[in-house]
Amino acid sequence: MIKLTTPVTNNDIEKLKIGDNVLLSGLIYTSRDAAHKRLKGLLDKGEELPIDIRGQMIYYVGPTPARPGKIIGSAGPTTSYRIDPYAPPLLAKGLKGMIGKGPRGEEVIEALKRYKAVYFVAVGGAGALIAKCIKKASIVAYPDLGPEAIRCLEVKNLPLIVANDCYGQDLFKEGVKRYRK
Amino acid sequence: MRKIDTQKITEVVKRLCMEANYYLGDDIVKALKKAQRIEESPIGKEIIKQILENSQIARKEKLPICQDTGFVVVFLELGQKINITGGELYEAINEGVRQGYRSGFLRNSIVKDPLKRENTGDNTPAVIHTEIVAGDKLKITVAPKGCGSENMSEIKMMSPSDGICRVVDFVVDRVNRSGGNPCPPIIVGVGIGGTFEKCAQLAKQALLRTVGIRNPDSFYADLEKRLLEKINNLGIGPMGLGGRVTALDVFVETYPCHIAGLPVAVNIQCHAARHKEAVI
Ligand code: SF4
Repeated sequence: MIKLTTPVTNNDIEKLKIGDNVLLSGLIYTSRDAAHKRLKGLLDKGEELPIDIRGQMIYYVGPTPARPGKIIGSAGPTTSYRIDPYAPPLLAKGLKGMIGKGPRGEEVIEALKRYKAVYFVAVGGAGALIAKCIKKASIVAYPDLGPEAIRCLEVKNLPLIVANDCYGQDLFKEGVKRYRK
Repeated sequence: MRKIDTQKITEVVKRLCMEANYYLGDDIVKALKKAQRIEESPIGKEIIKQILENSQIARKEKLPICQDTGFVVVFLELGQKINITGGELYEAINEGVRQGYRSGFLRNSIVKDPLKRENTGDNTPAVIHTEIVAGDKLKITVAPKGCGSENMSEIKMMSPSDGICRVVDFVVDRVNRSGGNPCPPIIVGVGIGGTFEKCAQLAKQALLRTVGIRNPDSFYADLEKRLLEKINNLGIGPMGLGGRVTALDVFVETYPCHIAGLPVAVNIQCHAARHKEAVI
C-alpha cells in the first residue's frame, strides 16, 4: 500500500506504477459529464476555471444525497470514458490525477504520459464503502447541477488502484492479457 | 373482483425502491463470496473483498449500495380478477418511486427529455412492464438499473442461419467489448427470439432470476454454462483489471420467433444487481 496525499508533485507521480494499491488522503474535486463540459467551455474561451486544479485530482462521482447529519451519501466512481474528450485539456493545465472506473482512450493515455499524471480506478459499486473515507464535502461550483455539481472532498485513505501510469502502461490491457485463456 | 387500493401500491413501491438500493440479494452475496475464493488475481480478490464490505456497510447504514440508484424498472404481474381503486395504477407506482427516492436519500438520475436533458428531480417516471395473468394477486418487482452496465447492452437481429455458434460469439463479444465499464463481476441477461422489443425485454427479465438457478430447459441450461465459461475465460476480471471472475452468472430467456428471424439481446447487469419483489 502506497500512501499519497494531495496536492501531488511530478516526483510522487513518477513513483506510481500500474497495479499499485494507493490510499489517497487530502482534498480532491468531484466532477462528471455536465461540469466537465462547462470547464472545457471556459478553457476554450481562455477563461479562468472556478477551481485550481494544479497538482490536484478529479474524482468522477455523482453522490447520493446525504442523510441528515451525514457528510455525504454513497459516492462510488462513474464510468470514465465519457470524460475522455475533456481530460487532456485539464491535464495540460496541471491536473495530476483522475479517479473513475473503466478504461481510458488512447488520447488520455498519451496525455498522462505527456503531462505526467495518473488514472486511478476506485471500485465501482462500492459507494457506501467509499463514503466512509470522505471526511468533509462542500459544493465549490455549479450548485445548479445537483449531484453533478463540483464538490471539494476531504478524503482519508481512499482505496485506489493505479490503472494508467505516466509511462503509458495500461492495467486494463496488461491485466486482461495475463488472465485470458 | 378483488379490490386493491392505489395507496397500498404506492406504499409497496416506495418500500421496494429503498430495500432494493440498500440490501444486496443473498444470492449475489453468496456468488461474490465464491468469486472471492476462486479469483486468482490479487487485485481482483481485493476488489471483491471491497464489494462485499460495501454491501455490509450499505445494509447497516441504509446507504445505497451504489450511488447510481438507477432507472426504476417495474414489472407487474396483474391478476385479471383485480380491480384497482382509488386512482391510476401507473401514477400510484410513480408516486411510490417519488416517495421512495426522496425519503430514502436516493439519487435522482432521470432527465425529462433524452436530448434536452433536464432532470425530473424525483427519479420518475419508472419504466413499467405489465403482464395480465390469471388470479387475483398483484406481483410487483422493482429493479433499479444503473446506466454504466445498461450502456454496455445491445440487441442484434440475427439471421436463422447464424445458429447457436454465432449467437454465442455475439454474446461473448459484447461482454468482451464492455471490458471494465459495467463494473464486473457482472450478470449477463440474454434474450433470444420474439420480436425486436420482446427480445430486449426478455434480456432484462432474465436478470431477475436468482443467481445459480439454471434455465429449466436443459438445452438452454447447457448454453448458459457454455456462455459463462467462455465469458470467464476472457480474463476481464473484477473491474476489468484482469482476473478469473468476469461474470457471476448468465441467464438465457427465450420466446418463439418468426421463421425469418433470430433476434438476440444482451442486457448487462453489474454486481449491484438490485431487484426486490412483493405480492399484494
Ligand atoms: S455499473 Fe452498476 S455498480 Fe457500476 S456504477 Fe453503475 S450502477 Fe453502480
